[in-house]
Amino acid sequence: MADITLQDRPVARRIDAGRAAVLSRFRTVDSIFAGLTLGAAILVLVLLGGVLVSLVVGSLPAFNAFGWRFLVTQTWNPNDDVYGALGAIYGTIVTSLIAMAIAIPVGIGIAIFLTELCPFGLRKPIGMAIELLAGIPSIIYGIWGLFVFAPFLQSTVEPALIAVLGPIPVFGALFQGPPYGIGVLTAGLILGIMVLPFISSVSRDVFLTVPPVLKEAGYGLGCTTWEVMRNVVIPFSRTGVIGGVMLALGRALGETMAVTFVIGNAHKISASILLPGTTISAAIANEFTEAVGDLYTSSLIELGLILFVITFIVLAIARYMLLRIQRRAGA
Amino acid sequence: MPSYSKKRRTSNAVFLGLSFGAAALGLVALVFILAALLWNGIAGLKPSVFTEMTPPPGSAGGLLNAIYGSVVMTVLGLLIGAPIGLLAGTYMAEHGRYSKLTIVVRFLNDILLSAPSIIIGLFVYEVVVTRLGHFSGVAGALALAMLVIPVVARTTEDMLLLVPNTLREAASAMGLPRSHVVWKVAYAAARPGIVTGLLLAFARISGETAPLLFTALNNQFWNTDLNQPTASLPTVIFQFALSPYKDWQQLAWTGALIITATVLLLSIAARSLGSTRTAK
Repeated sequence: MADITLQDRPVARRIDAGRAAVLSRFRTVDSIFAGLTLGAAILVLVLLGGVLVSLVVGSLPAFNAFGWRFLVTQTWNPNDDVYGALGAIYGTIVTSLIAMAIAIPVGIGIAIFLTELCPFGLRKPIGMAIELLAGIPSIIYGIWGLFVFAPFLQSTVEPALIAVLGPIPVFGALFQGPPYGIGVLTAGLILGIMVLPFISSVSRDVFLTVPPVLKEAGYGLGCTTWEVMRNVVIPFSRTGVIGGVMLALGRALGETMAVTFVIGNAHKISASILLPGTTISAAIANEFTEAVGDLYTSSLIELGLILFVITFIVLAIARYMLLRIQRRAGA
Repeated sequence: MPSYSKKRRTSNAVFLGLSFGAAALGLVALVFILAALLWNGIAGLKPSVFTEMTPPPGSAGGLLNAIYGSVVMTVLGLLIGAPIGLLAGTYMAEHGRYSKLTIVVRFLNDILLSAPSIIIGLFVYEVVVTRLGHFSGVAGALALAMLVIPVVARTTEDMLLLVPNTLREAASAMGLPRSHVVWKVAYAAARPGIVTGLLLAFARISGETAPLLFTALNNQFWNTDLNQPTASLPTVIFQFALSPYKDWQQLAWTGALIITATVLLLSIAARSLGSTRTAK
């Protein structure tokens, strides 16, 4: 301090000038950096907007040609250049429903196992192993489904289904026809395995947000573990579990490679879930590079737009519900 | 009364048994898939896989051009996407933590995170491939970059939000400008988590197939020109597995084994890195 007071004014001014230069450099760097981060954040918005706009623009020729009828007709005929999305939409929804029918009970079961039953030392490794299922690339599910799972279904499960469930009136229509191995059911089952980790890990996480005091109160009343799960934990964490289920549904709706391998790629709606069908994403993956003619390409892009809109809605609901759970956990 | 409690005990045992069974089912599925991969893939795991090009049906060959294309496009995708994701995540956690824009960006970023990757492929096809007039490795890398951005943005934001504010305040009190506080303090504290995000993004895109099908397409030959169609391991697996030729199918299995081993190692590394972070 004393040194500074002894300095004559030009030096002090020089220090001031240096200081001012440094400060202004700091300010410039700061604003450049802040600007860069803001730009990147806006780029995320632009990209998502760009996806929507490009899909809308790309599907205009098909929309002009077929209008809303595109959504409700089943014809998919490249030879005559006539296209309708109903077969693909139907396949997408049915495979996803089958996947959910498998993954919801099993996924919640795993979450219950991991939070209530499993010895503490094993919780982490088992939880991680289940989550590895989500890490396996979807093409691997495809090749496994085609060469291992589908032949297994064809030789054992499907003949049994046809024999046992086929003769039942009305409901049995779902299980009729020859056991091809590949088809809607196979695709749905593989999707079920693929989305299982989404449901189980989200459910586990929201089960863990349940205040212990609530569970203790249940046990204090003499409830069994199952009763505590059913009457306390699951009602308390319902929003989060539904969020996880929707997240998994979004995944199942858009999953491409695994389905493309095993669904059989037939643009038609069959009553039986054992028969080949197609989904939106499988149709795009299979036909896009072979699509000759603008109308064909445009129809496939319109399929993509439909898929994008459906998954957007489902994922938006999922995120909204998970956000609500997060807020409560944070508060 | 005793019969009632017996009923409750029984239903408890049944449902807990079922949940035990569910966990067993999940693990069995994992083991079956990995076993099938090992069983079918290891037979073709010869040195020639890494030194020879993808063959025409009926002759010997390897996967060299596909592995090379995959590595190049994945790395390029990461190089393009990671900085953008990192900056976007920084905006959400540091500069715009309380702004309305952050809420919108976070929401749409989460949507992008789980959006079907084939849609991303269609977008890049519309924007890049039709403009350039041909399929190319660059288009493939751009599609992969779009998958990297949301993963990195999300993990960066989450990890930066875990950094205690007192650290930032201490640095600011020393007179450090905002950008230095972020670089030298917040990034340093969040580094393991951010690296986890990068590894997860890397794992995710190295197995991606759908967005490459009509951006990078495929290439049977050795090719280092990223302006040309480029082979990648997943698209080669797709093509070879669906072919009727036994030797192509064998190569597909071997490629599948290579990808899965890479991806699983990456995600295990990412998770163990992330867990040491949260354990501290």
